Amino acid sequence: MNAKGTVFKYPDNVDTDVIIPARYLNSQDGKELASHCMEDIDLEFAKKVNEGDIMVGGWNFGCGSSREHAPLAIKCSGISCVIAKSFARIFYRNSINIGLPILECEPAADAIEAGHTVTVDFDTGVIVDETTGQQFQGEPFPAFIQEIIKAGGLMKSIRKQ
Amino acid sequence: MGMTMTQKILAAHAGLTTVKAGQLINADLDIVLGNDITTPVAINEFNKAGFDGVFHKEKIAIVLDHFVPNKDIKSATQSKQCREFANKYDILNFFDVGQMGIEHALLPEKGIVTAGDCVIGADSHTCTYGALGAFSTGVGSTDMAAGMATGKAWFKVPAAIKFELTGKFGPMVSGKDLILHIIGMIGVDGALYRSMEFTGPGVANLTMDDRLCICNMAIEAGAKNGIFPVDEVTRSYMKGRGSRTPVEYAADPDAEYEKTYTIDLSTLVPTVSWPHLPENTHPASEGADIAIDQVVIGSCTNGRLEDMEAAYNILNGKKVAKGVRAIIIPGTMEVYKECILRGWTTAFIDAGCIVSTPTCGPCLGGYMGVLADGERCVSTTNRNFVGRMGHTGSEVYLASPATAAASAITGHITDPRTV
Repeated sequence: MNAKGTVFKYPDNVDTDVIIPARYLNSQDGKELASHCMEDIDLEFAKKVNEGDIMVGGWNFGCGSSREHAPLAIKCSGISCVIAKSFARIFYRNSINIGLPILECEPAADAIEAGHTVTVDFDTGVIVDETTGQQFQGEPFPAFIQEIIKAGGLMKSIRKQ
Repeated sequence: MGMTMTQKILAAHAGLTTVKAGQLINADLDIVLGNDITTPVAINEFNKAGFDGVFHKEKIAIVLDHFVPNKDIKSATQSKQCREFANKYDILNFFDVGQMGIEHALLPEKGIVTAGDCVIGADSHTCTYGALGAFSTGVGSTDMAAGMATGKAWFKVPAAIKFELTGKFGPMVSGKDLILHIIGMIGVDGALYRSMEFTGPGVANLTMDDRLCICNMAIEAGAKNGIFPVDEVTRSYMKGRGSRTPVEYAADPDAEYEKTYTIDLSTLVPTVSWPHLPENTHPASEGADIAIDQVVIGSCTNGRLEDMEAAYNILNGKKVAKGVRAIIIPGTMEVYKECILRGWTTAFIDAGCIVSTPTCGPCLGGYMGVLADGERCVSTTNRNFVGRMGHTGSEVYLASPATAAASAITGHITDPRTV
């Protein structure tokens, strides 16, 4: 499985309140949530994002509330992968559980700039910045988590058991 | 190698004699919790996966607390969905308007959670129950759905950071000042993926309300959980609450900690987190030039009886400064009633405050105190992110109930020891 897209880049400590503000938590509709995704720090994101694009963050991406609406809003906006230096733990869990691919890779998160074209190979964890030609090795998931992802998320993996 | 308190609880719930940091386990759950925001998403996942029964009707708790009494039609629809699910599966710990409280104030108060439990909640502040000597952590809605169906959850066993507490607080200093101080010291990801284990002779000097507040904000340092040892304070708190049987765990003497911090409680001062991260801590005394528009006293962090008492002790016989809106929200109906019986509600109203029934409302910019552009709020809540309580141009300063009450009187950020 691979991803290829244009990069939207954000700083350290992007919290779930800016990914999807609580004023929209009276909805569970992915499309509606996506239309407000990131709007408190980037009004352009929802207008400019295309299917397959890639989000890059710094340390502690997704900190704050446990709202699954946050990875859902990112996924439904068309983002194919989030690369960050580190992820807050509930966001990390939620992303796996709903099937939003995420990768921890500090050098990639430092080097890749907004607007670059990036490809990600989820099987190997290899990230390539096509704009500069730089290649990075992301942290692959442990086998236990890969099985959840392969099954298509947590609920499907439980059903299989 | 010995185990930490968290590791011992996880091992016991996974049916293992030992676990070590980094190990992936599948653990049995004592309580699975959700609220009116996260439960509807969990219900959809539960239904989509084709489940037609819950693992245990007494071990699921659903609390309507974020947007109730409902603020709009969409919120009402979400509450209705929770209500129908609770009825369908005969969920015993379902709390609606009239019985509800803010979930993390309500569950300990009712004795629904107890020492030794393994708890997940689809709310990040589920880490609160570590105060009782339980392992308790926030998850998302899909984890809640899986937990409701199977009674199990997967965990990566966390490494630990130890906080050795000594001494006792000076006047007007509380658990909130300690946890803000710690987050200021280690940063918002200072305990990422780890458990924060509090220990040392200073623990005996912390009330249960202090401990609940401290564990509540473990997530603001990125932690998986916060946990206190079980002592006389815990036992006397749990006595007579609910029918659960507490199980006491203690860390092994040779348990491994990545780091140990020693904190002398007597050296702490009233502390405030400036916008827009909880780690931006300053002594309250530095806030004299920061004029404020609103004060909120309440939330899962500081909506308990001692918090109300701290506010009462400062506001009684005083007046809220002109131009400041002071909003007081007791965390549960029990706390709300107690404030009335003790005359505190009258004192709050006479001081110029409003007193609401329990709700998370303003903490997350939902309703009951949303901020406009450029407005500043001193709040006893737990997050001061951009736009957290309203407009992205508004500012939230996190503080203790005493500091918030003192600031309400003066109209600027104020060290409560000076009023």
